[in-house]
Amino acid sequence: MTTVKNIVRDAPVEVCRPWLRHDLRHDDWTALARAAATEGQVLLALWADTMKVHALFLDHADLTIVAVSTAAADGWYPALSPVLPAASLFERMIHDLWGHRAAGATDMRGWLDHGAWLLSHPMATRPGPPVQPEEPRHADPDDAMILPLGPIWGPLDEAAHLRLALDGPRILQAEVRLGFTHKGTLALMQGKSPRIAARFAARLSGDATVAHSVAFARATEAAMEIQAPPRAVALRIAMMEIERVAGHLDTLGEVARLAEAPVARSQCGLLRETLLRASDTAFGHRLMMDCVVPGGVAADIAAAGPHAILRALGDIASQLPGISRLHDAPSLSSRLVGVGRAGGALAASLGVGGVAGRASGVAFDSRNGFMPEYSRFAPRVAVRHDGDAAARQHLRIFEIEESLRLIGAALDYLPDGPVTVALAPVSGEGIGCAESVRGTVWHWLRLDHGQIAAVFPADPGWGLWPLAERVLEHAVADDIDLIRASLALPASGMDL
Amino acid sequence: MSPTPPPEPVDPAALDSLRARLDEAAQTRLGRSLAIRHINTGSCNGCELELRALHTASYDLERFGLRFVDSPLHADVLLVTGPLTRNLKAALEQARDATPEPKWIVAMGDCAVDGGVFRGSYAVLGGAEAAVPVDLTIRGCPPAPAMILAGLRTLLEANLK
Repeated sequence: MTTVKNIVRDAPVEVCRPWLRHDLRHDDWTALARAAATEGQVLLALWADTMKVHALFLDHADLTIVAVSTAAADGWYPALSPVLPAASLFERMIHDLWGHRAAGATDMRGWLDHGAWLLSHPMATRPGPPVQPEEPRHADPDDAMILPLGPIWGPLDEAAHLRLALDGPRILQAEVRLGFTHKGTLALMQGKSPRIAARFAARLSGDATVAHSVAFARATEAAMEIQAPPRAVALRIAMMEIERVAGHLDTLGEVARLAEAPVARSQCGLLRETLLRASDTAFGHRLMMDCVVPGGVAADIAAAGPHAILRALGDIASQLPGISRLHDAPSLSSRLVGVGRAGGALAASLGVGGVAGRASGVAFDSRNGFMPEYSRFAPRVAVRHDGDAAARQHLRIFEIEESLRLIGAALDYLPDGPVTVALAPVSGEGIGCAESVRGTVWHWLRLDHGQIAAVFPADPGWGLWPLAERVLEHAVADDIDLIRASLALPASGMDL
Repeated sequence: MSPTPPPEPVDPAALDSLRARLDEAAQTRLGRSLAIRHINTGSCNGCELELRALHTASYDLERFGLRFVDSPLHADVLLVTGPLTRNLKAALEQARDATPEPKWIVAMGDCAVDGGVFRGSYAVLGGAEAAVPVDLTIRGCPPAPAMILAGLRTLLEANLK
């Protein structure tokens, strides 16, 4: 029987620290996709450089990563989307940026390129003239009312476009279009040193700035075969967990607002503000943007920092039980139970992790297994099976509680020593990850004498949006904002 | 006991001036209100996080008469965040065309001011100014809520004049 392991065993390899990247022929690439689908392996990311297309798979069973590549030298490669639906958005993105066409793909319409750039395939060796993208949507169902939303959406939201076909209040079909906030981040990162490029990694997604910075730093450190000093590693854990608490409080508050629970909303908002002020005191920035750099952290924690953070943690710990009780009360729970239900099989097949995945029974958290620095603190991961907005809220409350413990433990452990190491001007390839507020972010990069030759960051949004499309089908139109907030759908991180 | 003297005849000019002063006081006390529509032109969502913080009891922006509205049709001010991406230029222009006077435009955050770190990208035009005239800039990456509030309050003061 052809298994993933059999296929990659005989393939030539390249070093992609901490793993190997297997170079597959086109027929093996297709066979691998089929084997991965049969074995239930998850496609984490699909991306490209000028010569090849790369894919990252995760085997949930034994927590192993398989990195594979295939040539796109003639401008095409075999599509994965016919057997792995999670590949579809990636294939559209790869075509827009590099011009490699996925042969046999289920969908080859534009994704990032809306026809507004002055060139096409900006990441290709030779970019082309601008193209007018094909009709950007599916045919609408007959007799349905069409409700287009966005890209300028509700107040204080990210830019995304959702096209809904309605039958009365029921949503028959939902289609998302992103790419509005595409800023050309990959092109800006290329050719720069990792220290400078880290500023772009930190601006992929504001509420996951620490997670993206850590994943980027870990990929750089892997490629250079260096390690951040222990003090920096402990500070990174504290920052990542603070970001998780702040992000979860934000989402809890937004969902509470939309579910008309003003008390829960204002409590979450105040607690979040207390925490952000503490991180400003400790790290010099409320969102801790640019505080994590390749090789360590930008600056040591301020002398008053630990005390400020612990005080904020105390405030949160004392009010969290009350927020939890509000969610159990019928006024809020009746609004959330059953809303935005995501099935476990669907979430797993789309590679959805984070709260959305864990609330649907996908027991994956990269802190256990892929981030060895966490093993000392043994993070507890909860899983629920209801998959609805209520389950996600409860899971967020649990994760806040656990993060409070982890922040305390990391600050308590904080070893003395330097907070940064020098970066070596070497060549190499590396992959790093971090668990962000909405799932795992994966960063891959290739260094050429200390400069970035190619890079790709995979945001959890790539799985969350296709999940949202399916969740919205058969939902009620009035619940759209609630479902969007509950899944914490991002845009900027995957718009690159 | 002497009878109450008849009321003095009212001087119409004095009455008018009194009325004008009352109007002015009411305008100062009650007219301090601006409706704001937030427009994301490519933000990383960092600015949005700090805007949301303005709604918390710590800042409570509505006590200054500042409120966010859902449509540019109801807005006095467009608050732009993010570098202006080519893909959102048309959306920003449409929003501006739909906004009634005074149609003020505030560029909030380094990206909206001049493109920030994304300046020079093939996908980014620069700050909001690349497409629409900007009346006020609030710098920072992202600006802290207190800064945003200070910026918006200067707009309120300007509104009175």
